[in-house]
Amino acid sequence: MNPALGWGTTTFLLLLAAVVCHGHVERQEQWEEVPQLGESRFGSLWPLPQNVVISPVAFMLRSSSFQIVHSAESSAGPGCSILQSAFRRYFEYMFGYTKNQGGNTKKGQDSEVTELQVWITSADSECDAYPSVTSDESCDYSALCCYMFLLYSYTPLLLLGLETFSQLVYEDQYGAKKINKTDVQDFPRFAHRGLLLDSSRHFLPVKVILANLEAMAMNKYNVFHWHIVDDNSFPYESTVFPDLSRKGAYHPYTHIYTPTDVKMVIEFARMRGIRVISEFDTPGHTQSWGKGQMDLLTSCYSGENPTGSFGPVNPILNSTYDFMAKFFKEVSLVFPDTYIHLGGDEVDFTCWKSNPDIQAFMQEHGFDKDFKKLESYYIQKLLDIVGSTKKGYMIWQEVFDNGVKLKPDTVVEVWMGSNYQEELQNVTAAGFSTILSAPWYLDYISYGQDWQRYYKVEPLAFKGTDAQKKLVIGGEACLWGEYVDATNLTPRLWPRASAVAERLWSNQNVTDVGDAYNRLTQHRCRMVARGIPAEPLFVGYCDQEYKGL
Amino acid sequence: THTHWILFMFLLTLQRVAPGGEAGVWPMPRKMSEGSERYALHPQGFSFRYGRDSSAQLGCSVLDAAFRRYFALCFPENTVETDRLSVSAGHGELTANTVWGALRGESHFRDLIIRLSRNLFLKIEDFPRFQYRGILLDTSRHFLPVRTILKTLDVMAYNKFNVLHWHVVDDPSFPYQSQSFPDLSNKGAFHPQSHVYTQADIRKMVSHARLRGIRIIPEFDSPGHTQSWGKGQPGLLTPCYKGLHPSGTFGPVNPTLSTNYNFMGRLLKEVSTLFPDPYIHLGGDEVDFSCWKSNPDVRMFMKKMGFGTDYGKLGSLYFKNMMNIIETLNKTSVVWQDVFDYHSSPKSLDVVEVWKAGCYMCEVRRVTAAGVRVILASPWYLDQPGPTHEWSRFYTVRPLAFTGTEHQKRLLIGGEVCLWGEYVDGTNLAPLLWPRASAAAERLWSDEAQTSSVSQAYPRLAAFRCKLLRRGVQAQPLFVGHCKHEYEDL
Repeated sequence: MNPALGWGTTTFLLLLAAVVCHGHVERQEQWEEVPQLGESRFGSLWPLPQNVVISPVAFMLRSSSFQIVHSAESSAGPGCSILQSAFRRYFEYMFGYTKNQGGNTKKGQDSEVTELQVWITSADSECDAYPSVTSDESCDYSALCCYMFLLYSYTPLLLLGLETFSQLVYEDQYGAKKINKTDVQDFPRFAHRGLLLDSSRHFLPVKVILANLEAMAMNKYNVFHWHIVDDNSFPYESTVFPDLSRKGAYHPYTHIYTPTDVKMVIEFARMRGIRVISEFDTPGHTQSWGKGQMDLLTSCYSGENPTGSFGPVNPILNSTYDFMAKFFKEVSLVFPDTYIHLGGDEVDFTCWKSNPDIQAFMQEHGFDKDFKKLESYYIQKLLDIVGSTKKGYMIWQEVFDNGVKLKPDTVVEVWMGSNYQEELQNVTAAGFSTILSAPWYLDYISYGQDWQRYYKVEPLAFKGTDAQKKLVIGGEACLWGEYVDATNLTPRLWPRASAVAERLWSNQNVTDVGDAYNRLTQHRCRMVARGIPAEPLFVGYCDQEYKGL
Repeated sequence: THTHWILFMFLLTLQRVAPGGEAGVWPMPRKMSEGSERYALHPQGFSFRYGRDSSAQLGCSVLDAAFRRYFALCFPENTVETDRLSVSAGHGELTANTVWGALRGESHFRDLIIRLSRNLFLKIEDFPRFQYRGILLDTSRHFLPVRTILKTLDVMAYNKFNVLHWHVVDDPSFPYQSQSFPDLSNKGAFHPQSHVYTQADIRKMVSHARLRGIRIIPEFDSPGHTQSWGKGQPGLLTPCYKGLHPSGTFGPVNPTLSTNYNFMGRLLKEVSTLFPDPYIHLGGDEVDFSCWKSNPDVRMFMKKMGFGTDYGKLGSLYFKNMMNIIETLNKTSVVWQDVFDYHSSPKSLDVVEVWKAGCYMCEVRRVTAAGVRVILASPWYLDQPGPTHEWSRFYTVRPLAFTGTEHQKRLLIGGEVCLWGEYVDGTNLAPLLWPRASAAAERLWSDEAQTSSVSQAYPRLAAFRCKLLRRGVQAQPLFVGHCKHEYEDL
């Protein structure tokens, strides 16, 4: 029994537990451990805040009288659009679309919370700013009788506090909204909590991206890593090089992201405290670039003759670097984030090897037969180009592995499944910041409760000094697009990505899978009620099943 | 007798257009000849008509509804043509023994819309390989909203599936709302109002399915898999014992009480009137004998009946009684293979569904050798893990590759795709089902020799999947690529 929750909620949870206990599973042989569904003393909070004390004292919330307001001391006011739209969003999440419930109920029966006061404590509210990796993300808030304070130092974090607040609201047995007196002090364990979506292997309509940004906010993700182009298609519409998408997209009109689309995605994300980091992966993974940009890619040869096929970006031509300079100048203006992801993974050397011009260039530069040196040559020039746009850069781990000289603020993304601990150790020993995605490739699906596998990862379990561990700034869940498009992306992503979200947000000692299962089951139902088709964890039901389709 | 020919014609306004339309005929018809010329169809000039000599005429509910449905599918948005080039009129005709054949032929006509043959006549020569082409949906482990089921029926029709095997109830919940025993869902459903199927819901589903040529076979699985039944029907389940005392938990249906057979009789009578199909699925899988063994009353009964310690005999007795009930209802019963395996006179069974992994062909051989009809499900368990690129796994099944006589092969009446519900609800059902179930659909419909190549099937299935997207079906991609019209919802 959880005394911290109203008894109405407690009975509801017990009913849920009783039903599911009987659901024994058969017909299945492969099978992960299935926890018993019960109730968590933390209700449905996800990800779990750093410090939370839920008291048994409950208050009413009435949609007719409840308001979210700016406190008098706050540096933000009604002119802060990011907060105003968040107020409306969370009001709707909490009260749904049933308005004026209990409009004529007598007041004073129960203590009632009528106001949520929002207080931005820092002098600059940053209402119009774009979130950055260095944002101060600690905050605390507590529930009191009659009104409630949120104390924050920074606007995007306040959005996350609203999310937590909305997660504390529950329905009692009569359908009335309630919240318990609760004290929360919260801050994320890692600053970079990212999600990678791939819009090249399949085109993802903007609507799907926006819906997943909504879901990310519900899970306190703060980085959308947009793997926007790749071999298969080039859906990014460039204003400087319009041929790239005209010829490289699956379709030049229906399967592209126009500048307006991109702006919309960025603004939609900003309103939810989410950064958008674009990835333009080179020199490999660039087949689609070649269609709209002549001579960008290396001609592959068979013996003395070109085969007609193309390899990675041609690193020996000045025209390549002129193009990259112009292109990344545009990208740096379109995407306001201080980081750009430059890719650099999986460069296939066979085409370079086959090309006589490249062979000659290698000899000239004394690279001998070491194509890693050629790759480094390219990347270093590219990094200088991007560096001149005043952006920081992120790269996949191969660039580091190949010994390319990197700026000290470079972030290395560790993605290779084998020995990622060792890689983290090496990258941080060299003094670079790093983000981990290797254990969180969500496109690999298996039967059963694989969320547990993602949940049990400990990102800092590698050998290293405290200083090294501090260099791990976060992690990313990756959903690559080979088998994923709008039809299956959302249910495949959620709530599996929620498991990663808690690992990146909550305290290191939050490792109880059973407790996580109880909270996550309710969290997934909450996402479903908010219109996100998050798939079930196991047998059971939600009060409100998915209404779409 | 095959004299009930149905004939109807469709009038076309034909216009020569450039070749290069999408392929995507799925499942592959028996005979399909394609001319090199392409013709356009105009919504203003096109209509479905009943042939003069057809035994079906205006007022045939199934075809009237199908005409409207397929007209809408042929012309998704009513495009107005302003300038027409060399227009000529033509017509096609479709002949079938029954309306059901017409429906599936029509499904093909939709597929062949830009591929009329040279002489402007479209002749469908097609027939299914197996008469039973089913999909199992499980509404007990998760509740599936009625809308989700109706939508699935639509897509089943596009794939020429003709049976929905509805695993209505099971251990976790009892969503079937019974008129005679309302407590079953009042107490056994996840929620007594929002998570139940009312009689009206079921009538709507049955009618929706009928108009698409789909049978609905309900499964009321017993004596195991019945935990949810026990909540609303006291005395139905066997109390398990720990030593001399009841442990408070319950096992399978108590087979020793005649009151339980009375209950089953009344429930199945209600079910048999609600579901017009001649088949009822009685389940019978995975009966755990340990609870029966623990119960002193059951042990006493075993002794009285002279069953010794063979609890299979008790299971047999239960099924003999259940089959008697089904017989009085004039229905045919389907059971899971477990019943065949433990039954003392397996030859008395009507239809056996083979579901276990391992050597399923061995089981098919045994069951058909006993002269009993078989539905094969083992190779089409969609919820089982496997490589992501796995539709080919469901495609390369060879259902008749067991050693047996011609007669035995004829006893394999078809197959079934099973999507069990442990991890499936309305949020993810459609992409998990389609187009993987389409792979099985072709195996069950088409000629195996013509459709043995995965690489040849791949582009056709990819095009068919795009066609499904165009019809608003949330069918997941086979691999990297795109469709002209992507899925736009969530």
